[in-house]
Amino acid sequence: MADAIIPKTVRKPASYFRMRRRVVRSLQILALMLVLFYTLFPYYWAFVSSTKQGSALYQSALMPAFDFTYYRQLLDNPVFMGSLLNSAYVAVSTTFLSLVIGLSAAYALGRIDFPQRRTILMIVLMISIFPQVVVLSGMFELINWMGLFNRPSALVLTYLLSTVPFTTWILTTFIREFPRELEEAAIIDGCSHFRILMKILLPLMGPSLASTGILAFILAWNEFLFALTFTLTDENRTVPVAIGLIAGNSRYEYPFGQIMAASVTVTLPLIIVVLIFQRRIVAGLTAGAIKG
Amino acid sequence: MASVSLESVSKNFGTHTVIQNVDLQIIDGEFVVFVGPSGCGKSTLFRIVAGLISASNGVVRIGGDDVTDVPASQRGVAFVFQSYALYPHMNVARNIGFALETLGMNRAAISEKVRSVARMLKVDHLLERRPRELSAGQRQRVAIGRALVRQPEIFLFDEPLSNLDSDLRMEMRMEIAKLHDDLKTTMIYVTHDQSEAMTLADRIVVLNHGRIEQVGTPKELYHSPDNRFVAGFIGSPRMNFLPVQSASAKVTGPGGLVIDAGAEGQTIAEIGIRSEAIQLVNAGDGRMTCVLERIEDLGHEHFAYCRINGDVIWVIRVNVEPPRELIGTEVGLNFRDTAIFAFAADGKRLVLNRQAAVIEGARQ
Amino acid sequence: MSARLARRDHRAAWLFLLPVIIVMLVVALWPLGRTFFFAFTDAYLDDPSVYSMTGIDNFLEVINDRSWWIAVKNTLIFTVISVAIETVLGLAIALLVNEAIPGRGLARAAILVPWAIPVVVSTKIWEWMLNDQFGVINKLLIGLGLIDHGIPWTASGSLLMGVVIFVDVWMTTPFMVLLILAGLQLISSEIFEAAEVDGIPAWKRFWSITLPMLRPAIGVAVLFRALDALRMFDLAYVMAASNESVMTVSIYARDRLISFQELGIGSAASTWVFLLVALVAIIIIGVLRLDRAAGT
Repeated sequence: MADAIIPKTVRKPASYFRMRRRVVRSLQILALMLVLFYTLFPYYWAFVSSTKQGSALYQSALMPAFDFTYYRQLLDNPVFMGSLLNSAYVAVSTTFLSLVIGLSAAYALGRIDFPQRRTILMIVLMISIFPQVVVLSGMFELINWMGLFNRPSALVLTYLLSTVPFTTWILTTFIREFPRELEEAAIIDGCSHFRILMKILLPLMGPSLASTGILAFILAWNEFLFALTFTLTDENRTVPVAIGLIAGNSRYEYPFGQIMAASVTVTLPLIIVVLIFQRRIVAGLTAGAIKG
Repeated sequence: MASVSLESVSKNFGTHTVIQNVDLQIIDGEFVVFVGPSGCGKSTLFRIVAGLISASNGVVRIGGDDVTDVPASQRGVAFVFQSYALYPHMNVARNIGFALETLGMNRAAISEKVRSVARMLKVDHLLERRPRELSAGQRQRVAIGRALVRQPEIFLFDEPLSNLDSDLRMEMRMEIAKLHDDLKTTMIYVTHDQSEAMTLADRIVVLNHGRIEQVGTPKELYHSPDNRFVAGFIGSPRMNFLPVQSASAKVTGPGGLVIDAGAEGQTIAEIGIRSEAIQLVNAGDGRMTCVLERIEDLGHEHFAYCRINGDVIWVIRVNVEPPRELIGTEVGLNFRDTAIFAFAADGKRLVLNRQAAVIEGARQ
Repeated sequence: MSARLARRDHRAAWLFLLPVIIVMLVVALWPLGRTFFFAFTDAYLDDPSVYSMTGIDNFLEVINDRSWWIAVKNTLIFTVISVAIETVLGLAIALLVNEAIPGRGLARAAILVPWAIPVVVSTKIWEWMLNDQFGVINKLLIGLGLIDHGIPWTASGSLLMGVVIFVDVWMTTPFMVLLILAGLQLISSEIFEAAEVDGIPAWKRFWSITLPMLRPAIGVAVLFRALDALRMFDLAYVMAASNESVMTVSIYARDRLISFQELGIGSAASTWVFLLVALVAIIIIGVLRLDRAAGT
């Protein structure tokens, strides 16, 4: 028989495995710490740099100097403060609109069975991979025609191009998770679709709307190309453009301290929100991708 | 030698102790079944033997070698999962032979070994299929084949039949028993179904809340349970219990029960008796009276449900169906003293001392 | 369900879809169509109403422009290299975070930080860290004795492209990690237990079990990242505006449109970009479909 060919398990002594496990474990922890350092150091360094004043900026001390001059300068900088307001206005409006539009579409695409459903989903997906440049020409015309050029509201409109397919896709995935039985009772009672959406599904979709909303907000807040192109003057800029265009008189006069302070300010709320809602955010991102 | 021994093994997850101080010796070639209710820790203990979970304390030995720190891949055990855990992206042939690839055998040798194992398990016509194209029973066989092909020293079966239909379960039970007869390898089997344990095991390990309640052959556990838990777990239908009062040499209970016996100065809190040891008689003729509530007819045997008082219901196995008019009326129950099991308040089994006879085989 | 009920359902569906359809028409399809239209004209941005039809002249002019092909080369190099690095690094980090080691919860949260920071901000932070005189990276290298004076990382040439790739990797590897981790967690742990008990060594478990089973997740992640990378604008623009070494096709098209005010040619360039992205998307999806068909 072929039995003789299979070698008997020769075991090394238990101490060998104890040692090996310890070594592997240490290497893993080391790797994890490297990953943590890699992801967090740049932001930490920005914070440290933003608290050093004057020539201290150019030393390489690793600890923050806790001099908040740059932050005070930012507060006095009308362009920066104005851009915060503009960004907030644009991001909140876009998020709200895309959630409403996306939820409505998600109900149709996720709960009603109609023949063109797949096609519409495909089209939505394809629109989300449009390169932004390709709509610039047409957008320009549109924005001018509506008289919105160099107004933040122009951005609310144009951002819908990115955020609406995104919220539609993710909310569709989320809304499909609910069991059919939820609606069946309502259908038997003769409820209209609108009532089903409003009274039955909407109350349950709090977490989904939160995740999707946060993701859409981040998308809108970080957008750069349209903001750069459709706003011209300082008071209408959004935060990414304001930071991107902070410049000194020459390359060597970049006010890095101030830039770092601005960076920290702009990002801190984002990071806090992301850390608090990280589970929801991950759920939203992966729901769209994996189930799609 | 493929003996297994657990010495003072315990396992806790955080503050929650799942396994408490288990000592167990399994001899080479034995078929041992771990049985117990859900959450009793049998799966955890099982995985500690396999090496998939590490023990918090204690020593695990296989064949005399200390394998407590040895990872699962080096222990030479084979594991058959409840959900089969077949590799979905490989066909049956590769699933079975995958472990052999690591051993450095050449492809022809692997192929031949796989084929012979597949033939033995009657899946040789499925070698090219993927797991998702197989039925549950077929997947089960492939999972067994995957374990078999490595000629391990120890087989571990984790509730392998739970996901099968009952007729398939019967068939696979026979096949596993036959496998053991043929190979004579040590097999450890986990199940929550006590009838599987009773029919397959050389010895049964009854677990409850992470402790071993009793280890013994099926006969020992059935006829001589160490404590109330084992008595109530083994045997279907379940043993009938009744709370009683005991004075020095006399036990009295509801329904007019009187037993002229005591337990050597210890207080008997409960008695138990199996359903086949009781006869149904007319109301005045028995040692106890109760109300006949329900008769179940299974064709070849019948069960009578009798309410003794308030909330105690006894199940009696009867060969002749009692007349239906008796339902709702009082009937009598008869049984011998030798059939009575006595338990103390803490669940321990007590020896019933009668002036005339001693219960045989009773262990304290 | 009766035909009448079904029809009522269908009508309801279209009603719910009305907002998204209107928005998409206005914001996506109309501008897209206008861009296509302008591509065939010689209009200028200052007065778009004055133009004449020029056939495919614009398209030809773009193709004949040396800068365009540099942009294409840059974009492709950037896409291939950064997606490759992000996939490998993302896979490694996902595998690491999947193990039950102390600190993995912290790592999972920390991973999201680079992704949450706006591209512009990340770029500025890294610019500062790579500053040739005062950046902390150069200071470190000098301190270690590896170089004499600070390297001007963002000066020009392939060094600049390297920096752009590096920063992009830093920013978007979290996205890959998340997707791959989700795919990893879909695999039943019992399969890994089975392989472990069967004596399969760790590297072979990874190669023959984990990796094949992760193929769909990795495929989706690569698809999304590749299409994103092809459209990249923010990073290269903020770091080096129109520096030729990192000009991407998006930057090229926007430049023609906005800087040169050439509505016609800019639109033609945009159309080429669109076709490029569409082509790559079709290819990758085709490969994924074939892969799924083969693996199924």
